[in-house]
Amino acid sequence: MKIKRIGVAAIALAAAGALALSGCTSGGEEPTGSAGDPSAIITTNGSEPQNPLIPTNTTETGGGKIVTSIFAGLVSYTAEGEIENDVAESIESEDGQHWTVTLKEGQTFTNGEEVTANSFVDAWNYGALFSNAQGASYFFDNIEGFSYEEDSELTGLKVVDDLTFTVDLVAPEADWPLRLGYTAYFPLPEVAFEDMEAFGENPIGNGPYMLAGEDAWAHDEKIDLVVNPDYDGVRKAQNGGLTIIFYASQDAAYADVQGGNLDVLDAVPDSALETYEDEFGDRAVNQPAAIFQGFNMPYYLEHWSGEEGKLRRAAISMAINREEITDVIFQGTRTPATDFTSPVIAGWTDELEGSEVLDYNPEEAQKLWAEADAIAPYGDTVFDLAYNADGGHQAWVDAVVNSIANTLGIQAVGKPYPTFAAALDDRENQRLTGGTRAGWQGDYPSMYNFLAPLYQTGAGSNYELYTSEEFDSLVKEGAQAGTVEEATEIFQQAQEVLLQDLPSIPLWYSNVTGVSADTVDNVVFGWDSVPLYHQITKG
Amino acid sequence: MLWYTGKRLLQVIPVLLGATFLIYFMVFAMPGDPIAALYGDRPPAPGVIEQIREQYHLNDPLIVQYFYYLAGIFQGDFGVSYSGQPVNEILARTFPVTIRLALLAIFFEMVAGIVIGLVSGLRKGGIFDATGLGASLVIISLPIFVVGFAAQYFLGIQLGWFRPTVSSGAPIQDLILPALVLATVGFAQIVRLTRSSVIETSGLDFVRTASSKGLTRRRVVPVHILRNSLIPVVTYLGTDFGVLLVGATVTEGIFNVPGVGRTLYQAVLRGEGPTVVSFVTIMVLMYLIVNLLIDLLYAVLDPRIRYA
Amino acid sequence: MPDNIPSTSPTRRLEHYVAPLEETPLEEIDSLKTDGKPSNLWIDAWHDVRRRPMFWISAALILLVVIVALFPTWFTQVPPNSDCQLSNSNGAPSAEHPLGFTRQGCDVFSRIVHGAGTSLSVGIIVTLLVFTLGVLFGSFAGYYGGWIDSVLSRFGDIFFSIPYILAAVVIMSVLANYRNVWVISLAIGLFAWPATARVLRSEILRVKNADFVTAATAIGLSRFRILWSHVVPNSIAPVIVITTISLASAIVAEATLSFLGVGLPSTFMSWGNDIAQAQTTLRTAPQVLVYPSIALSLTVFSFIMLGEVVRDALDPKARAQR
Repeated sequence: MKIKRIGVAAIALAAAGALALSGCTSGGEEPTGSAGDPSAIITTNGSEPQNPLIPTNTTETGGGKIVTSIFAGLVSYTAEGEIENDVAESIESEDGQHWTVTLKEGQTFTNGEEVTANSFVDAWNYGALFSNAQGASYFFDNIEGFSYEEDSELTGLKVVDDLTFTVDLVAPEADWPLRLGYTAYFPLPEVAFEDMEAFGENPIGNGPYMLAGEDAWAHDEKIDLVVNPDYDGVRKAQNGGLTIIFYASQDAAYADVQGGNLDVLDAVPDSALETYEDEFGDRAVNQPAAIFQGFNMPYYLEHWSGEEGKLRRAAISMAINREEITDVIFQGTRTPATDFTSPVIAGWTDELEGSEVLDYNPEEAQKLWAEADAIAPYGDTVFDLAYNADGGHQAWVDAVVNSIANTLGIQAVGKPYPTFAAALDDRENQRLTGGTRAGWQGDYPSMYNFLAPLYQTGAGSNYELYTSEEFDSLVKEGAQAGTVEEATEIFQQAQEVLLQDLPSIPLWYSNVTGVSADTVDNVVFGWDSVPLYHQITKG
Repeated sequence: MLWYTGKRLLQVIPVLLGATFLIYFMVFAMPGDPIAALYGDRPPAPGVIEQIREQYHLNDPLIVQYFYYLAGIFQGDFGVSYSGQPVNEILARTFPVTIRLALLAIFFEMVAGIVIGLVSGLRKGGIFDATGLGASLVIISLPIFVVGFAAQYFLGIQLGWFRPTVSSGAPIQDLILPALVLATVGFAQIVRLTRSSVIETSGLDFVRTASSKGLTRRRVVPVHILRNSLIPVVTYLGTDFGVLLVGATVTEGIFNVPGVGRTLYQAVLRGEGPTVVSFVTIMVLMYLIVNLLIDLLYAVLDPRIRYA
Repeated sequence: MPDNIPSTSPTRRLEHYVAPLEETPLEEIDSLKTDGKPSNLWIDAWHDVRRRPMFWISAALILLVVIVALFPTWFTQVPPNSDCQLSNSNGAPSAEHPLGFTRQGCDVFSRIVHGAGTSLSVGIIVTLLVFTLGVLFGSFAGYYGGWIDSVLSRFGDIFFSIPYILAAVVIMSVLANYRNVWVISLAIGLFAWPATARVLRSEILRVKNADFVTAATAIGLSRFRILWSHVVPNSIAPVIVITTISLASAIVAEATLSFLGVGLPSTFMSWGNDIAQAQTTLRTAPQVLVYPSIALSLTVFSFIMLGEVVRDALDPKARAQR
């Protein structure tokens, strides 16, 4: 069985003479090897979802993995992070602001209900409504009618007929369809609105898989998914189902793959980074993913604002031997950063002007640090770097501060916060005493998603109070650019501004580190670090 | 005896209130907004957090939150966790698993600990005693996460004797390895306690009397020495049971056991006051009942102790 | 008063020798010897332990660890926490670095030497805390019984029913900005003492009905005095065993808290920190884990052996056997 390959998304758009999206998607990796047993169940690792399985309230990876498997959105992502139409027949716009979405005919939820324009419009309205307090509500804030303060209908959504609806955005956005494979944009059947909480326990979707009965979700243990026979989209499953086992630690999951109790693992623990590629050979995966990691120096701290701060940021950045740390601490499972996005994102490049500030250069670092000292002496201040101790960051933080200390001859230490919550609290309230680790995993494969939420003046995750008029206007311009190519170019310019200011000091991109047992074939990891489960064959 | 038992059961109430308030207060004092942290690096719209805080009464003062919680308990309702699950269900799911694990561990450490402790005590200063002491010292001085990972790697993966993690439903055969790891902690203590207690008892007059009146060692050891040496050991087992119920935090994490330790630890990290307190409530109850049983058992083991 | 019965004291064993009546006036046998040095449990114990080689071995080891803890620079000139080069990560030993390097490229030997102070302090502070609280609560509860027992025991239950590792995690989280040796010791010890109290209480329940207590009451000693000079010393043996083990547990608990991410910051050298960090390279560089573990084991060994010897010496019954 071969996957039905269609390049509808980009081609349809281009043909309509509207907007060319990032490349054609007829490629992707063709499944190789035997067809496998169509009824075999694949086991893989996951974590207990933090919320009931409601698409618009699922913003973390544990729930995201399940929701993406049991729902199908307008588009879905290929391994390379390009989109292909899933439920949508076409998504078209003349100006990037007013969009018309047409659905394929005859698609149903697993309870038999037809997937219609209303399934999307109602679901999106539910997700956006203020009083529903959905975690992903902000994803709808570019649709006409959205409000952060009160209940208001998304007036930009209009149902034309059963299979067609239109979307009016508040401003043009060339790559808007890129977002639509994200969980927040999935459709909901009517039954969901009767009792959303109960629905979240036993969701009814339209995706390649569905829950295996009433008790499929054994909380804190696993969830059993079986193939949805009615699904006829681009992600048609090549196996009989998916059992996602919830692990509290990656070490336990890794032990299970070694012990032959797990087929696919998408995160290798620290303790096995050195050995897993030898152990699993060509069943081991180590490739860049859409995860950017760096650390921020707050602009509200003494020594870290204005010209002095700029010099010090550059000095610190050049004092870090990224190559050595990714090699020794991460055993090559991180890729040293050359920009603020990720290599799997269209538009990534290692040739940005000013990216030499990310190279290890002790002499230059010492020189810039001395220049900053000439403005205001740093003295005996201890340089600290905050991180949450519950996330396995200690090893690299210690290595980074050692690198800084050794190069600049200052005292540098890691500052552990017991939990993510505690670290976030001090960041939100501007109470840091030094740098803070900062990571970002893309929600959808777009440069905009890596830049705007983090560095725009007043943006949600811009806790360290960076502000640059030049950057702000470039991002705005890029978002509204006529074509994706144009947008990419502008976003790259915006990043060159960031390279001068270094609101975040880029460190590296996290790689997907995965392994699979010899029971399964065709394990391909997506741009979002999650394997494309529907392609996996077993037996 | 009945009066004593009733009195002790009444005393459960202040302990319950004290322990739950203490843990509530401590979790309340933990830094950070647990709701904001639910969303990781990507904060939701500000109104979202505010509404959810309201829903969980997190904007109320500590004492008010605590009473909301107490009121729920009296109706048999432990509330809802931040992931939207009824805490009652979480409790009903996790406690049976952990109790099984704890009982298994207690069994291992009791059998091994008492036997080795008894022999060491009877042959004080001999080769066996020295070896036993050495072995228990090594075990005591290794942190449980080292023991756990080593056991999982060597016994589970390399030798393949056990499943390296616990599978769904936590069947007994999967729990053996984590139970053995858990038992190492108490094992060393029980060996030391039994040994010193046996040495002490062996020197007492009634044992000498028993020996001198011609009873065989076969009879003296179990009936006279062992029975009279068990009081400190039984006390320790009682306290250890409580420790095992949650001291399994690390072990349950390593072996992916869906029990109390793992769940409770996650709840603490997430700052989920109500869930943490619910767990502690049940733990306090179980702990108190176990210890009541043990106090009653004293009377059986030592005729001189009488409760009126 | 078993301490004053000569037959149990090896230093003043009565001979079964009956002197001729004319040599020893009867009243002298009947009277208590009042001019000699008064017999004292602790002095007797000292006389006993100093003749045992195990006492000197463990005492010497403890002394060594204490000296290392107080004066680390006598033993190594290599800085433990600065000048760590990643290029040395998990590196092999050399003349200057006898035990090789950690994952961060720091000198293992130097870290162990500098870590002794932290680990030892945590162990001792926790033990003192646990012992003091445990003995106070346990002895009053067991001895006085009644409502005093109920109140004290239930108060202990409140702390005991909250697992101490969990409590330590919470306390360390709350006091995250003040993490030091005192705070971590408090976090470990504050919820660990009820175990000691319970063991002492049950031992006292057993001892307080013994004949020598009745005898002491009969000669008119106050109850409080009987508790401290007779009941507690005769019940303390299992407590000393538990206490020396809890010293070991405290040092180990420090490691576990580091493993859980709420231990001392990595700027503190401690064996626990090193063990927790070395755990990730357990399979590829076990030596980094082994050395601090050996240091910890030896220290723990010394304290437990010392505990055994002192226990034997303090326990008149065990002494009488030899």
